Amino acid sequence: MSDLTDLTVAEIRDGFRGGEFSAREVAEAFNANVAAAKALNAFIVETPEKALEAADAADKAKAAGDALKPLSGVPIGMKDLFCTEGVQTTAASHMLEGFRPTYESTVSRKLWDAGAGMLGKLNLDQFAMGSSNETSYFGNVISPWRRAGGDNAALAPGGSSGGSSAAISARLCPAATGTDTGGSIRQPAAFTGISGIKPTYGRCSRWGIVAFASSLDQAGPMARTVRDNAILLETMSGFDPKDSTSLDLAVPQWEANLSSDLKGKKVGIPKEYRPDGLNAEISAMWDRGIEWLKDAGAEVVEVSLPHTKYALPTYYIIAPAEASSNLARYDGVRYGQRDLPDGAGLQDMYAATRAAGFGPEVKRRIMIGTYVLSAGFYDAYYTQAQKVRALISRDFEQAFEKVDLLLTPTAPSASFALGEKQADPLAMYLNDVFTVPASLAGLPAMAVPGGLDAQGLPLGLQIIGKALDEQTVLNAGLAIEERAGFAARPDKWW
Amino acid sequence: MSIDLQTVKKIASLSRISVTDAEAEAMVPELNNILGWVEQLGEVDVTGVEPMTAVIPNHQRLREDAVTDGNVRDKVLANAPQAEHGFFAVPKVIE
Amino acid sequence: MTESTYRIQGATGEWEVVIGLEVHAQVTSQAKLFSGAATAFGAEPNTQVSLVDAAMPGMLPVPNRECIRQAVRTGMAINAQINKWSRFDRKNYFYADLPQGYQISQLYHPLVGEGEIEINLDEKNPDAQTKRIGIERIHVEQDAGKLMHDQHPTRSYVDLNRSGVALMEIVSKPDMRSPAEAGAYLSKLRTILRYVGSCDGNMDQGSMRADVNVSVRKPGHEFGTRTETKNVNSVRFVMAVVEYEASRQVDVLEAGGKVVQETRLYDPDKNETRSMRSKEDAHDYRYFPDPDLLPLELDDAFLEDCRQSLPELPDAKRQRYEQQLGLSPYNAATLTADADTARWFEALLAEGARVQKKSEGEVAKASANWLLSELYGALNRLGKTLENSPVGPEEGAELLALVADGTISGTIAKQVFEIMLETGDRAPRIVEEKGLKQTSDTGAIEAAVAKILTDNADKVAQYKAGKEALFGFFVGQTMKAMQGKANPQVVNELIKKALG
Repeated sequence: MSDLTDLTVAEIRDGFRGGEFSAREVAEAFNANVAAAKALNAFIVETPEKALEAADAADKAKAAGDALKPLSGVPIGMKDLFCTEGVQTTAASHMLEGFRPTYESTVSRKLWDAGAGMLGKLNLDQFAMGSSNETSYFGNVISPWRRAGGDNAALAPGGSSGGSSAAISARLCPAATGTDTGGSIRQPAAFTGISGIKPTYGRCSRWGIVAFASSLDQAGPMARTVRDNAILLETMSGFDPKDSTSLDLAVPQWEANLSSDLKGKKVGIPKEYRPDGLNAEISAMWDRGIEWLKDAGAEVVEVSLPHTKYALPTYYIIAPAEASSNLARYDGVRYGQRDLPDGAGLQDMYAATRAAGFGPEVKRRIMIGTYVLSAGFYDAYYTQAQKVRALISRDFEQAFEKVDLLLTPTAPSASFALGEKQADPLAMYLNDVFTVPASLAGLPAMAVPGGLDAQGLPLGLQIIGKALDEQTVLNAGLAIEERAGFAARPDKWW
Repeated sequence: MSIDLQTVKKIASLSRISVTDAEAEAMVPELNNILGWVEQLGEVDVTGVEPMTAVIPNHQRLREDAVTDGNVRDKVLANAPQAEHGFFAVPKVIE
Repeated sequence: MTESTYRIQGATGEWEVVIGLEVHAQVTSQAKLFSGAATAFGAEPNTQVSLVDAAMPGMLPVPNRECIRQAVRTGMAINAQINKWSRFDRKNYFYADLPQGYQISQLYHPLVGEGEIEINLDEKNPDAQTKRIGIERIHVEQDAGKLMHDQHPTRSYVDLNRSGVALMEIVSKPDMRSPAEAGAYLSKLRTILRYVGSCDGNMDQGSMRADVNVSVRKPGHEFGTRTETKNVNSVRFVMAVVEYEASRQVDVLEAGGKVVQETRLYDPDKNETRSMRSKEDAHDYRYFPDPDLLPLELDDAFLEDCRQSLPELPDAKRQRYEQQLGLSPYNAATLTADADTARWFEALLAEGARVQKKSEGEVAKASANWLLSELYGALNRLGKTLENSPVGPEEGAELLALVADGTISGTIAKQVFEIMLETGDRAPRIVEEKGLKQTSDTGAIEAAVAKILTDNADKVAQYKAGKEALFGFFVGQTMKAMQGKANPQVVNELIKKALG
């Protein structure tokens, strides 16, 4: 029943409730797709039995006439950054290979409590550091997309949620969780022709998610449709007393209030996001996006976010600084790998363990972070970056006095070949140029597919909204989705 | 501000990540590249700007003083590379 | 403010000692600063550890209101500025007792600002010098776990029970100038903490420890380089450290050397301080604001609640004892030196006033004297403390009431007290059963006096001839004849009368 795997989350949910198929049938179909897709390397651990367990529970409840849960019958993929009780959680690092948490993250707990089933733990960039899923200890994730014209080069699915984006676009799961620190949900979504949303900072609890950069990390859904994203985000969001940065606010009914009618809304087009060298196809897609939103009733206005060009360097000071401290706990004492050379003392054990456990990009960022926080440099780098961050945030505030949302491209290019950007870490960082500003300001931002480029690769549009206004972001996403008519899917080569 | 091999080794030590000489050498241009690039932040006029302290306006909640946790030694030690007699074991430290 | 005269004599002249103390005091609370695990001392290893304390991946801190409250109350007790806005910072370093690889502390914006403590250098002397020692700041931070090194030849063991317990770090200004001042400061600070109830001050158990900063200089010169001796856990040791360090530094300087700024450890067995194995990069803590926490903002209602909850503090109490209760400065100081003692005394007073239907001022002197000599004497003998005293304030008050109303004499009271301690019976019952009531029956006493004087006519003659000391003999004999149960005042009067 392979067409079951073409269904969206909403279709599975409603179809199951309507008795069109059993939850088990759905789980089995996706399990089969997962098992047949090892070439993509999207999963680090497959948990077909867990998907079946949740499916059976849903079927049983339905048969008994019990109340069904919001996600009963829906299997999903779980990014391997979320701690799952009893199931290996690695953050795609050798450091945590074999680590089996004795606890469940708040967000994954909410999803399981809502009836969802787990297909497996999805691969990602190591410790969420990367934009192409090339830093995982467990190997690269390969995008299911290939360039048209017979070029079989393995392409990047984006990062850090590359396993999630690859799995969704390859129909290995209808949806997945991702996390977004500087674009790690939005950019992989754009690279693989799916949607993903990073909510307002504090919407989703960070408790139980392996921390990368505390003031930037946010969990969020990834799926093929805007509606699916709304459905999942509702379950994932909510106040968590265990997270001091969690927002104590009711979760809006985003799905019920979805509307692609944007009459009365003003869309801002930030001029700094269209530099001279911007890829022509992306520029063209952006223009099409503007027309779609106008067609949906919105008024379009140019705005300025003057400090845009400083967002990336600001991010690459703050994120590594926080990471260098967050990753200090990986020392071989209480969990994870331990490397104990002969005769090594405690500090030597630390140095050896961390050298062996962390990949090169992780080490690079820890070192940058340590450096910018070190004596004599703190003010010049870290304090300066936090001030510029305040200015970037203010830019958005001022723009949002005039408009309700912003439309931009998600990434400066379509997916690239694996290995293409390895020579220079900086080249990789530049992938985040459009996504990082919204992360620094904590604003909700979503990627939706805008079309294909000349080589048949997806391009994504980004919508950025006011703090706490995920509804407008989702609505605009829906407006674009309806008009873009994106129906492309990767040809199955795996 | 550019860094040299000596500084790279010092940072590696501060970060508790052992690096071979070759690795350290390779990191010098890499890190200098990145640091040189982030340095452009120095050109931003930040007069009168306070560093950002909270991303979205929010108040620090305080918890009630009650014992709601602990007594989970098995969980705490479950993933330990080496645990003995209820302790984590590490190479002997001489103070 | 009196200038200290403590000096160290060196070959090149006199040296002055400058001392600052950083005291780490464990906050009295049920649960830890950022986790809900318990704080009680002495539990089995790693049983009072939550996943947050163990720094598992994805764990996050949430501050405990009571810990903040205790720090604020402590600040108020030392007249310090309370900062309504403060922030937590991470202090980053690697050690096995620090699971996160950083300690959550407050560097840039502490909870409490400048305050002061008044110390008295000689409690027994009412005219003794007092001195104000300034306090720079108080902040809250996490305590570390414990490393055990003696259990195994090649391994150290880590117990995280203590990891995450709230500490107040109380930083003094470098205002102290002698070992005695340092000792008095630490003692007074401990008393205040116990009064406020924010820390039990139990230095043996490690709930309070001091880092001792010492430097020397020629009087009038700039501050010299200081050393820091860490984790000193008694008042006596703190004073010993000051003495040792100051002398050591003088020796170094007089020999033409320089004092190295370093961290040292005190060895109580050898009574010396030693340089700690130098930790490379030990001092670059890379402090930055903890991004898992928001700034701490306290409102007026919270502060007012803290203020209202403060008990009468030692200085105020001591003054009241002297001025309103009429106690001697020494007794007042002794009774208020410890919160528990003062509490016991006040219970004794209250009960005494109630039973005797008098004001507290009227029963205070007798109560104080009894507590400080009779009760303390007995407790010392029995190896007990006020906490587990076999006789409580109510029983004590009963005993004192019997003396006050003349039922028994002071001498008999001592006997009764002994019996109370032995049997646990209460005073009125003992007096009743053993027929210890003293008599003021003048007839009986007169008769006894008459007999004594008759039987000792020779001594009477000697007395009348000038040997006045014999009066005591007559009193003693009369009391003996009356089996101690004669009212001494009456005995005195009647003997006087009989002797003419």
